Amino acid sequence: MLSLLAFWALAGLGCGILFADTLNGINIGGFPLGFWFAQQGSIIVFVVLILVFCLVMNRRDLKHHEEIEDEENQSGGGI
Amino acid sequence: MSVTLWTWIFVGLSFSLYLFIAWRSRVKDTKGFYVADRGVPAHANGMATAADWMSAASFISMAGLISTMGYSGGVYLMGWTGGYVLLALLLAPYLRKSGRYTVPDFVGDRYESNVVRVIAVVCAIFVSFTYVAGQMRGVGVVFARFLERDVTEGVIIGMLIVFIYATLGGMKGITWTQVAQYWVLITAFLVPAIAISIKLTGTPIPQIGLGSTLKESVAGEKGLYLLDKLNQIQTDLGFSSYTDTFVGGWDKANVFFVALALMVGTAGLPHVIVRFYTVRNIKAARWSAFWALLFISLLYLTAPAMAGFARYYMIESLNGKTESEIPQWFESWQETGLVMWFDDGDGVVRYSNEADNEIFNFKGSPAEIREIIASHATWKATRGAEGIDGRLLMREKGIAGPDRDIIVLATPEMAGLADWIIAFVAAGGLAAALSTASGLLLVISSSVAHDLYAKIVNPDADEKKKLLVGRATIGVSVVIAGIFGIYPPGFVGQVVAFAFGLAAASFFPVLVLGIFSKRVGTVPAAAGMVVGIAFTGFYIIASVYGGMKPWTFGIFDHGIKPQGIGSIGMLLNFIVTLGLSRICPPPGQAALELIDSVREPEGVGPAVDIEEAMEH
Repeated sequence: MLSLLAFWALAGLGCGILFADTLNGINIGGFPLGFWFAQQGSIIVFVVLILVFCLVMNRRDLKHHEEIEDEENQSGGGI
Repeated sequence: MSVTLWTWIFVGLSFSLYLFIAWRSRVKDTKGFYVADRGVPAHANGMATAADWMSAASFISMAGLISTMGYSGGVYLMGWTGGYVLLALLLAPYLRKSGRYTVPDFVGDRYESNVVRVIAVVCAIFVSFTYVAGQMRGVGVVFARFLERDVTEGVIIGMLIVFIYATLGGMKGITWTQVAQYWVLITAFLVPAIAISIKLTGTPIPQIGLGSTLKESVAGEKGLYLLDKLNQIQTDLGFSSYTDTFVGGWDKANVFFVALALMVGTAGLPHVIVRFYTVRNIKAARWSAFWALLFISLLYLTAPAMAGFARYYMIESLNGKTESEIPQWFESWQETGLVMWFDDGDGVVRYSNEADNEIFNFKGSPAEIREIIASHATWKATRGAEGIDGRLLMREKGIAGPDRDIIVLATPEMAGLADWIIAFVAAGGLAAALSTASGLLLVISSSVAHDLYAKIVNPDADEKKKLLVGRATIGVSVVIAGIFGIYPPGFVGQVVAFAFGLAAASFFPVLVLGIFSKRVGTVPAAAGMVVGIAFTGFYIIASVYGGMKPWTFGIFDHGIKPQGIGSIGMLLNFIVTLGLSRICPPPGQAALELIDSVREPEGVGPAVDIEEAMEH
C-alpha cells in the first residue's frame, strides 16, 4: 500500500507539479508533457492505482479467509 | 423549436424522473434513511458518489477556471481526483468496516468523547452548508439564463424537488436519484465536448482533440497544434502562455500546497465519506471507490479539453470583430452581465490582458447592468461629454474578462451547436447542482438527528421519532440552503476554499490516526482538531477579509494562497496530535477493540455483526 501511495505522490505531486517545468520541455503530440500530466496523466494514474488496490486487497482478503478455513479444518472444528 | 422550449422539455423530463425514483424508493426506518439499508451495489454507489461529488462547481465553473488559468487550472483536476486515492486507500474500507452511520459517529466512538463528537458535528455542518449554498445558487443561475426566470423562482423550484425526494427516501432515495443524475450530467457534458472536438480538430475524442492539430478549414493552415495556436494567441494578447507552468502568483509552492489541500480536503469531506457507508461490505466499499473515480474521471478528463476549446472560441470569436460581426450568443449573455463589451469608440472588439481590453463582466441586478450599459452607450455617442466610460468603471473595480462560470454554458453556443444540445447542457447543470445539494443536506440531517439528537440529546428516542427528526432537519436545512441561494452571502466563492481547508485540517488527520494509531487518545485528537481549524480559519479569514498579506514563512517567493493553507493546517494538526500523544493517556479498551475490528479483514472477527450488536 505504501508503494501505491508513492506512485500517487510521484504522478500527482511529482510529475504534475514538482517536475512539471522540466517535463514541459518534452512534447508528445501536441502536448507539453508537464501540462499533460497536470491535466490528464495524473488522473489516469489515480484511476489505475485504485484499481490495483482493489484487486490486491480483495485477493489478500480472500487468501486470509482460506487460511483461516484451513486452520479450522486441520484442528477439526469450526468457531 | 427554441432553446427555451427544449430546455423546458429536458428539465421537465429529468425532474419527473427524479420524483418517480424518489417515490419508488421511499423508506421506513433510520437504516434506510441514513445508509440506504446498506444495500447499494458497488457500481451504482460509485455512480452516486460521482454525482454527489460533481457539483455545480465541477460542472459549470471548473472548465471555466482552467480556461482562464491554463496549466495552473490543473490544481483543481489533480486535487479533486487525487483525494480519492487517499480516500480509497486510507479511509473508505476501514470506515465502512466500523459499521457506523456518520463520520462524527466514528470519531466520537473512536475517541470516546462527546466533545470530540460535537466538534466533528460542527465541522460537518459548516462544511456542508458552505457547499450547499453554492449549489442552490447554481440552480438559480441556470434557471435565469435558460428559462428566462427569476433566480429566486429557480431556487424555489430546486428546493421543492430536493425537499420531496430527500425527505421521502432519505439516503436511499438520494442514492438512486443521484445515479440518474449522473447519467444526465455526464451526457450533457460529453455530447457538446465531442461535437466541438470534431468541429475544431476532426477527432471525436476530446482528450486527444486537445493535443491534436486544428482542421485546415478552422486554422487556415495545415498541421497547427491547437495548444500551440492557443499559446500564440494568448501571448499576442498579453496573457501568459496557456501551457506554461508556474506563471504569476501560481508559483511551484502554491500549486503544490493548493493541490495538496484539495486532495486531503476531498478525502475528509463528510458527504463523500458517508457514501461508502451505504454499500454491502468492505469489498464493495473498495470497488465503489474505484467506480466513483472512474466515473468522475470521465468528466475531469474532458473538462481540460473543453477549457482549451472554449478559450480558443472565446478569443477567436470576439477579438478583432466589428459591431456587426458580434455573434448571437454574446448578445444573450450580455443581458446577464456575465460578459460585456465596452467599446472605446472604434467599433472593434479587443479582448486582451492590457489597457486596451474591452471585455468585462459585472455581477449585479438586471437594472444595474442595464444602467451601466446605457451609460456607456451615452458616453460613446457623445464622445465622452456625458455618461460614464464603462471601461474605467470596471477597471476601478478591478474586473476584466468574461465571467468564468459562463464557459461551459456558453461554449456550445459559441461553437454554434444545435439548440437541443444547448438545452441539454442546462439540464446537466441542474442535475449536478441538485445531486450535490441533496447529498450535503443528508449529511446535515444525519449530523443533527443522529449524532446530536439520538446520541446526545435524547438517546432513548424510538425509531419512529428519530426518523421524524431526520426528516424535519432535512426540511429545515433545505429552506436555509434556499435562502442562502436567493441571498448569497458575498463570500460563497471564497468559502469553498474554507470548506476544503477545514476538512483537510480537521477530519483527515483525526480519521487517519484514528484508524492507524493505537496510541492517540481523546485529548490529543481534540487538541489537534482545534489547532488545525483555528489556524486554517484564522489564516483564511484574516487574508480574505482582514487584508492580511499572505505569509511566505520565510522560504517561499510568494505568500501561500488561502486555498492552500489547509495543507499547513493539516501538518500542524498531525504535529500537535502526535506530540501530545506522547504525554497523554492512550485510548481505552473499547476504542482499542474498535481499532482492531476495523483493521481486521472482513469475516474474521465479530465486527461484521456490529450493526446488529449496536443500538442505533
